[in-house]
Order: sequence, then structure tokens, then C-alpha cells
Amino acid sequence: MSTLPLDMQILNAIAALFLLLAFAMLSQRRVVTLVKLLALQAALLCAATLLLAWRTGETHLYVSALLTLLLKVLFLPWLLNRLIRQLGVYWDNESLLQISGTMLVGVLLVIFSFGLAQPIVALASTATRSGIGIAIAVVLLSFLTMITRRKAMSQVVGFLSMENGLFFGAMSATYGMPMIVELGVALDVLVAMLVLGVFFFQIRERFDSLDLHHLESLREDK
Amino acid sequence: MSVELALLLATPVLGAAFLATVGARRWAPEANVVFSGATFLAACALTTRVIGEGSFTALGEQFFIDPFNVFLVTLTALVSFTTSLFSRPYMRIESEHGRVKPQHLRLYHSMYQLFIAAMLIALTSNNLGLVWVAMEAATLSTVLLVTLYRTPASLEAGWKYFILCSVGIAQALFGTILLYFAAERVLGGSGMTALLWTNLNEVKGELEPAVLTLAFVFLLVGYGTKVGLAPLHNWLPDAHAEGPTPISAVLSGLLLNVAIYAVVRCKVLVEGSLQSALPSRMLMAFGLLSVVLAALFLWRQRDVKRLFAYSSIEHMGIVTFAFGMGGPVANFAALLHMTVHSLTKSAIFYSVGHAAQKTGTQVIDEIRGLVTVSPTVGWGLMMGSLAILGLPPFGVFASEFLILTTAMRQEPWSTPILLFALGIAFAAVFRRVQPMVFGETTAKRLPHSPALLPVFVHLAIVLLLGIYIPPYLADWYRSAANLIAGF
Repeated sequence: MSTLPLDMQILNAIAALFLLLAFAMLSQRRVVTLVKLLALQAALLCAATLLLAWRTGETHLYVSALLTLLLKVLFLPWLLNRLIRQLGVYWDNESLLQISGTMLVGVLLVIFSFGLAQPIVALASTATRSGIGIAIAVVLLSFLTMITRRKAMSQVVGFLSMENGLFFGAMSATYGMPMIVELGVALDVLVAMLVLGVFFFQIRERFDSLDLHHLESLREDK
Repeated sequence: MSVELALLLATPVLGAAFLATVGARRWAPEANVVFSGATFLAACALTTRVIGEGSFTALGEQFFIDPFNVFLVTLTALVSFTTSLFSRPYMRIESEHGRVKPQHLRLYHSMYQLFIAAMLIALTSNNLGLVWVAMEAATLSTVLLVTLYRTPASLEAGWKYFILCSVGIAQALFGTILLYFAAERVLGGSGMTALLWTNLNEVKGELEPAVLTLAFVFLLVGYGTKVGLAPLHNWLPDAHAEGPTPISAVLSGLLLNVAIYAVVRCKVLVEGSLQSALPSRMLMAFGLLSVVLAALFLWRQRDVKRLFAYSSIEHMGIVTFAFGMGGPVANFAALLHMTVHSLTKSAIFYSVGHAAQKTGTQVIDEIRGLVTVSPTVGWGLMMGSLAILGLPPFGVFASEFLILTTAMRQEPWSTPILLFALGIAFAAVFRRVQPMVFGETTAKRLPHSPALLPVFVHLAIVLLLGIYIPPYLADWYRSAANLIAGF
């Protein structure tokens, strides 16, 4: 069995940690810790991009890594923490499913993702192609996180983690998206979070809570 | 870069910036009209140029104009212009009824322009990545408009809209990544050009089918969420019902069209690569499901704006189904249907908006006898409803007739399903609208005279399209239809 070069081994380790963090988010109920995990996930994404930039010498990957660092590792967690403090949402204690059950579904999702990624991995020529399956798994696990949570804040964290998964996928499959697209997506994420900040205060002003069961009156059978 | 295109895209962006500073002034609604009008003029200039010179690309191929998108650009600019005319008295009345604070009007006007800009960029961009970015921007600019009234219901609608559309469109981003992956293998890794639609279209036969199949599933689910295709339609009735009516009109009349546009662009590529009927079948299945589900849900609606929101889902289903059938005739019918639906539905929302203001409610059972107190609002609503239900001689009849006859020829199994759903929808809407228009009344007078000119202009165009399609317009539809069919 041939041994991988060291940088590739590190990249694979990062990919494994990336997946592990998605599971940690799935089971975590303290919102503050959830945001910490999100920041850590973004930091891993940033490290992987940086390593890849160094390996391939592509300039746009350096820019992408910088963008991830500024926006996703530093600014967004700061913004979310500020919102959590101002709004006083610390716990998401009513998950819709038992944690053990959710984890089991999560494992099944990972197996499914690797199956789904198989044809793409077979075609890919990038050194990082094994990350594609992991990226799909993280996207689906984040989706699961969003589905099983009741608090608006945890759903937003799930959404951002999904975005991280997508970027990880783009990095693994094609060494990142074209620069202009990556900039556009980053801008969208930034604006989305600002809109969300305003929006949370509106919800809070109305309901005195960020619990989503207040937001269930618009049913068809009302 | 062509002057017309630059003007088209710059006007709403400038408008957004300008109105962000002065949008709460007394004359802000008029400024909004001026900017929308200027955008419309630029769109007309662009159209004349395309008719004269044919398709072209601009700004290092990042933007391109062909018969398919220029027709949607004009439609978008026209409806956003007429909606700004309607919004002028409508928002003044809302303001005087105390439903919206004057300082929130600044946000409203600025975001309205930004929304138009985002849609126009999505339509004219040649870069599929930028199409995605602009689609997401269009969602984000309208989220705070849906929650403009700050009522519990509007906050709920806004949250659903935000989270469902963002998650949905994240799937489309993954689809775009896969598309880029397939393109890079053929076009080489020169980042800027591999996602350009015109380049992809040239090499679509060489793109890897396995990857494109997967990409299309994600793209269809992603953009399909924004089209409001069942079962991904949950956000649509809420967002339409709880926001200000001008926003309902542009969401329903324009945003859904832009989302369908994105789906069709992707379908052209995937179909070229796969050489199989899979994308067509998926579109037909989603389309039919939407038509049937929306028709059934139409029966249960108590809120007039929700009623017409479900009707939008139904019509988007019809359009999606028609694009799924493919071929020049079905595509022609789908494009015509997009046009007439957009015009009719926005006209209906204009009348419904004023009707709701006159009666102080959106509950159907409490809106009665509109025609006695305000014949124009009442008749506008009645004519609009008859038009959207596909009664001849309106244009919706022409396009639905074309779609049905094509379905009979190409996919006979689907005809009874379509007819059944259209019949149900007809009965469901008509039995609701009839008592709203005629009978005893509770309506009162409004402090500003309503703007009903746009209603009748739209309905007149729809009527005209039903009786006679001008030859240059027909040529234009035909070349767009052929383009989509891949001829």
C-alpha cells in the first residue's frame, strides 16, 4: 500500500474532523456551543482551503481561504453570539427526536452520501476527491439538524453549516468555484445573516421568544 | 457592453441606493415610479436592439441576451413598472390606515428596486453561478418586505419564506457545483468561462451524463422551490398572503417566472447531455403534481390572497408541464402562458389589494358586493378571475388550449388529469369570486383614489393576446421556443 504525502494525510484528517463536527452539531443542544462548533467547522474549511492553495498554487484559493476566515470564522460567530446574548436564547431543549435516534439516521445518511458520491469520485481528477462524499454527508446532516430543531437560532446554525459543506464540496471536486461566484455567494450569506438579525428582533418584539412553535398558525386547516 | 443593458441593470440599482436615502419622503412613491419607468424604457430599447441585431453577449461574455431572456426582461420591466404605479396610492392608503409606519416605507421602496435589479441580473447573466447569486439576492430583498406589517402571521410567513427558499436554493448551489465539475472536464479549468451558459450550450453533448443527471436533480429541487412546485410550495401562499399586495403581485407575476427560467436553462443543458427523456419526465411529473394539488387546495381557501397564490402554483405547474413536454409548440405555449399569467395575476392582485382595503379584510366571506360601491374594482376582479380561469377570448385560454392539444398528441395519458384539475380550479375560484363581486356590500370609500389603470391595461393586453398575437411577437416567441427545444 502506497503512503500518501503528508499534506494529503492532513487534508484527509481535516475532512474526517469536518464530518465528525457535523455529528457533534447534530447532538448538541446548547446554542452557544453550537455556534462554537460552527466556527470550528469554518476554521477547518479555511485550513483545508489554505493547504490546498499551498499545494496547487492557485491564487484564488488563497482569497477564498481569507474570505472564509473573515466571514465564517470571525464575523458570523461573533454576530450570532451577540444575537444570542441580546435575545437570551441559550438552550434548544426540545429536539423533536431522541438524540440516539437522530444519530442513527445520521449514520444512514453518511452511507447514502458515499454511495451518491461514488460516480462523481470515479470521474474526479482532483487530489481531494475523497472529500466529495464527506461534503454531501455534511450537507445532509446539517439538513437533519435543521429539521430536528425548534429554535430559530439552531436552524440558522444548521443552514450555515450546510453552506460550509457546500464549499467543502466545491473545494474537493473542482478546487473551488470561480472567484466571482464565490464572492457573490459570500455576499449573499453575509446579507442573509444581516437580514436575519433584523428579523430575529422583529420576531422577538412580537412573541417575546424565538421558539418556532409560535410560528405555526398558518396551517391549511386553521 | 451595450448601453441599453448597462442602463437596464444600473437604473434599479441606482434607484435602490437613492430611495434608501430618501424613501420615506412624501414624493418617494413617485420616484419609485420614475425609476421603474426608466428601467422599462431601457428594456424596450434593449428589445428593439435584439430584434434588429439578434443575440449578443456583453462584458466579457458575463451577460448575454437572446430571444428567450429578452422577452422575460421586457415582461419583468413592464410588470414592475405597472406595479409601482399601483403601489403609489396603495401604500399611501396602507400608511393612512396605520398598517405600515412611514419610516418603513424607505425600506419598502429601496428593496423594491433591489428586487427588480436582482431579477434582471438573474435573467441576463450568462454565468450560471451568478444566476444563483442573483436568485438568492431576490429572495433576501423580499424577506423583509413580506414582514413589513410586523404582524405575527407576516413574521411567520417571512421566516418560512427565508428558511425554505434558502435551504432550497442551497441545493441549487450544489447542482451548480456539479455542473461546474462536469464543465471543467470539458472546457478546462479556466474558472471564469466554464460556467458560462453559452459555452456550456456548445459542448453540452460532451458533458458527463451521470454527473449532469445528479446536478439536474439538485437544480430542479433548488429552483423548483422558488417556482413553488409541489411538494416544495409551502412558503408560497404564506408569503403572498401576508406581505403588502404590490409585493404579492411581483412575487407571483415575476419571481416565479424567473425561477422557471433558471430551471429551463438548466434543462436545455442536461437534455443535450443525456439524450434521454429523464429531465422532461421530471418536469412533467412535478408540473402535474403541482396542478392537481393546487387545484385541490383551492377549495379550502378562506383568504382571498391565499386563493390566488394557490392559483399561481397551479399555473406554474401548467407551465412546467408544458416545458417538460418540450418541442416548439409546447414551448411556445408555455412562454405565452408565462406572459398572460404574469399580466393577469398581477392585475388580479391589484384589484384584490384595493378590495381588501375597502372592506378592511382579506377573508373572502367578509368581502361582498364590490361592484355596487366600486364598479372598477369589482369588474377588474371579475374579469381578471375569468381570464385566469381560462375563459375565451382571453390569452390564458389560447395558451391552455395549445398546451392541452399538444398534451393530447404527445402525452395522451395526462390530458384527463389536466382537464380534471382545471375544472376543479375553475369551480373553486368562481364560486368564491362571484359573491365577492356581486350582492350586498360592506365596502367603504378610500382616502386616495385607487390606481386601476394598470389592471385594465394588463387585462387588455391579455385579451389582445387571446384574439390576435402580433406577427413580430409571434416570431419572437417562436425563436425562443426553438432555442429551448434545441433547434
